[in-house]
Amino acid sequence: MNKSLLLIALLPLAAYADDLRLPLNAPPAFQAECGSCHVAFPPQLLVADDWRRVMRSLDKHYGDNASLDEKTRQTLEDFHVRNAGGRKVGAGRTAPAGELPRLTQTDWFLREHREVPRADWTHAKVKTPANCAACHTRAADGSYREREIVMPNGKHRKD
Amino acid sequence: MKIVIAVLTVLCAASAQAATPAELLAGYRTEAAQQAAGFQPSAQRGAEFHARRFGVSAKLSSCASCHTDAPAQAGRHVVTDKSIKPLAPAANAERFTDPAKVEKWFKRNCTEVVGRECNPAEKADYIAFLTGGR
Ligand code: HEC
Ligand code: HEC
Repeated sequence: MNKSLLLIALLPLAAYADDLRLPLNAPPAFQAECGSCHVAFPPQLLVADDWRRVMRSLDKHYGDNASLDEKTRQTLEDFHVRNAGGRKVGAGRTAPAGELPRLTQTDWFLREHREVPRADWTHAKVKTPANCAACHTRAADGSYREREIVMPNGKHRKD
Repeated sequence: MKIVIAVLTVLCAASAQAATPAELLAGYRTEAAQQAAGFQPSAQRGAEFHARRFGVSAKLSSCASCHTDAPAQAGRHVVTDKSIKPLAPAANAERFTDPAKVEKWFKRNCTEVVGRECNPAEKADYIAFLTGGR
């Protein structure tokens, strides 16, 4: 694919940067495999190169082992790359050497969450920023609307 | 060797269909007996295995880290906090009915927690423990 085609393909994403609904064309393995240990993260939240890195080291996966048979792995790599984010949403600081990129470390993620107090990230009900569902009550469906947020202290964001 | 292949063939052929925990246990038992004549699965050894702290991974140090001491209860992934349905078939009828899924998780979690893949004897003992020897 040449560069301008790629740009055109990314345009709709940039326009709907806040729309993180899970792509309708997701293969069944996406929820079944990538939603088994944590919510299935929206593929828009990392750029294509980062997803390739994640999908090529599933046996060393952030301190766990998420290895897959090669056919499923390739299907899911293709799916993530095809639906990856652009510069606005998916890009972040370069991961430290030897570590995998984290969507919870992208500029976009940190900006959206700048009002979240530090203590909330480590709260016993949250444990890790990757535990989206601890605050976003419908994260498992890929829905992150503000009115669905319930903070660990039980408070709704805006009633 | 021939029997191992036969067992594997049965397991693979069954992978699309449902199997029972007893069938899976029997398959691993046959394989284990190939390696050590007279092997008998032991729920007691399986229970010890479940609780053992292998110390390979700091956070995922034992099976019980995520699956709790009582596998008829729901567990929680210690890092992500996602809830995990009970492992014991008595509490969760889906468990040990899909050979491919069972092999996938044994491979992942043994590698991560034990530091190597589990052998057929360990798998047989583990299912014996989770099914209460039945
Ligand atoms: C065996 C369990 C397991 C499976 C299966 C799994 N993951 Fe993970 N994943 C984890 C754990 C544990 C973490 C680390 C969470 C943390 O440190 O906060 C993680 C973290 C991640 C992160 C980084 C989140 C962050 O902190 O920004 C991404 C991205 C990710 N997983 C993608 C995937 C994808 C894609 C799949 C499917 C191919 C998948 N995971 C399947 C266990 C799993
Ligand atoms: C500790 C609670 C908490 C966790 C965990 C958390 N978020 Fe958030 N999230 C918030 C809060 C609070 C906001 C800010 C709402 C606002 O001020 O607009 C927010 C905002 C967002 C928004 C923007 C929503 C909008 O419409 O403005 C998205 C998208 C989002 N989070 C995705 C995620 C994802 C994906 C994860 C997991 C990788 C995650 N969040 C983890 C609390 C959390």
